[in-house]
Amino acid sequence: MTNSVAVAGVGLHPFGRFDRTVTQMGVSAVRAALEDAGNPSFQSVFCATVYSGVAAGHKVLGALGLTGTPIVNVEAGCASGGAALMLATNAVRSGQCDTALVLGIEKMPRGIIRSSFFEPWREQSGLAATPAYFALRAMRLMRDSGITKEDLAQIVVKNRAEGVNNEIAMYRTATTVEAVLESRLVCEPLHLHMLCSPNEGAAAIVVQRSDLARRDAPKIASAQLRSHLPGSILGEATPLSGVADENIPAASTIAAHAAFEEAGYGPDDLDLIECQDTDAAREILAYEELGLCARGDSAQLLRNGDTARGGRWPVNLSGGLLSKGEPLGASALAQIIELSNQIDGRAGVRQIENAQVGLAHTVGRGANAAVVIITK
Amino acid sequence: MITRMVHDGLFRFDSDGGIRLLGSRCEECSHLQFPVAETCSMCGSERSTTIDLERQGTLWLSTVVTNAPPGYLGEVPYGFGVVELPSGLRIITLITEKEVVEFGTPLRLVAHDLGVNDDGEMVITYAFSPGSS
Repeated sequence: MTNSVAVAGVGLHPFGRFDRTVTQMGVSAVRAALEDAGNPSFQSVFCATVYSGVAAGHKVLGALGLTGTPIVNVEAGCASGGAALMLATNAVRSGQCDTALVLGIEKMPRGIIRSSFFEPWREQSGLAATPAYFALRAMRLMRDSGITKEDLAQIVVKNRAEGVNNEIAMYRTATTVEAVLESRLVCEPLHLHMLCSPNEGAAAIVVQRSDLARRDAPKIASAQLRSHLPGSILGEATPLSGVADENIPAASTIAAHAAFEEAGYGPDDLDLIECQDTDAAREILAYEELGLCARGDSAQLLRNGDTARGGRWPVNLSGGLLSKGEPLGASALAQIIELSNQIDGRAGVRQIENAQVGLAHTVGRGANAAVVIITK
Repeated sequence: MITRMVHDGLFRFDSDGGIRLLGSRCEECSHLQFPVAETCSMCGSERSTTIDLERQGTLWLSTVVTNAPPGYLGEVPYGFGVVELPSGLRIITLITEKEVVEFGTPLRLVAHDLGVNDDGEMVITYAFSPGSS
């Protein structure tokens, strides 16, 4: 017998650039989530972060006088928040605890980010340029799926239009295809506005046994994390999934299959999606990897408006990372909070009708991919 | 000026003055890897042979990097991409063109001067350049 698991409370610190420490931002998010959940006691803490250093979660809980429980700091690249949520969900589902606190905190370095992932020779040789790997992935999508630069710009236009109405977003102005294509070319075909900004922020979620949470609290139907299969990232330590062997499923696809199986749902059951739009092409690739369309058909899905507000699967109603920016540890949790708020009828001006089932997807270095399904 | 390989064991100098990239072929499953690795990333075997990789390939993906990434010793802009060797192995590489190279374009391996390091040595790495050797 396993427990039904609920999102009992959520809290966000805005995403952007702030004159605050990562601990202070974490304190804000945790306080808000605990208050939202009615200040329950909790028996486990999972803290997602990549760049916050040793015992980052302990510092946040320490500042609040809430230490004593197990506190585990979790790193899984861009999917860190999804990984922490999976651990918390499993802890509650299995009966290991009644209530677990998940937080994600990040204060990203500025500029192109130096990553310990790359060996020094790769850095010296110019092979550690993260946006260039994104650009190669975009090039491949253009070749295999007929995506154009205008399609890439359209993703930015779609997501930034939603970001206007999200008070935690870093960028809250709408844009146009022309303006996106006029922004500086970073790595062909990606222009500056097609890339999300690494930034700062925090998010927290109280994960609780459903029978202890308020009755209509959204449920966590599945929370899955997967890494890449052998061979699926070129076989010479290419740091990103997406540039993959053709016949080996990507980490995102494996995670999505596992999540659909756990939840007993398929793509047709989804009412809304939050997915990894680190760059505009990454979102389009996710359409194919998550099974919204067949491989090669993502251009049609986008051009039909199927993934825009009012479409079959509205994607990134939060504005996505292209509006919010990406604080690695916090970004996946903010997606899950958007789904929970939509399903809970608490999404304010962004609220859509009949939001019953939502899927959140994050993928990044490792490769790591997390897929979480939230239901009414 | 003294020259230094960016990393020992990535490639060797050939008798004709050119370079050869060194890779590993797994003796259990035949999987190819670059650079040389002690374990096979496909099957985990520790039995592998170090081999010379092909000097000729075709362009699989390319872009141009306009901002110098952290630690990079060379100049921007520079070509960057993936070359596919006849054996099927795909390698991340610098590309000597400063513009996007078309899919399938024949490429040949070249030694590439990156720049001078803090010790005053010219650091060299591998790159691929359009053309046949």
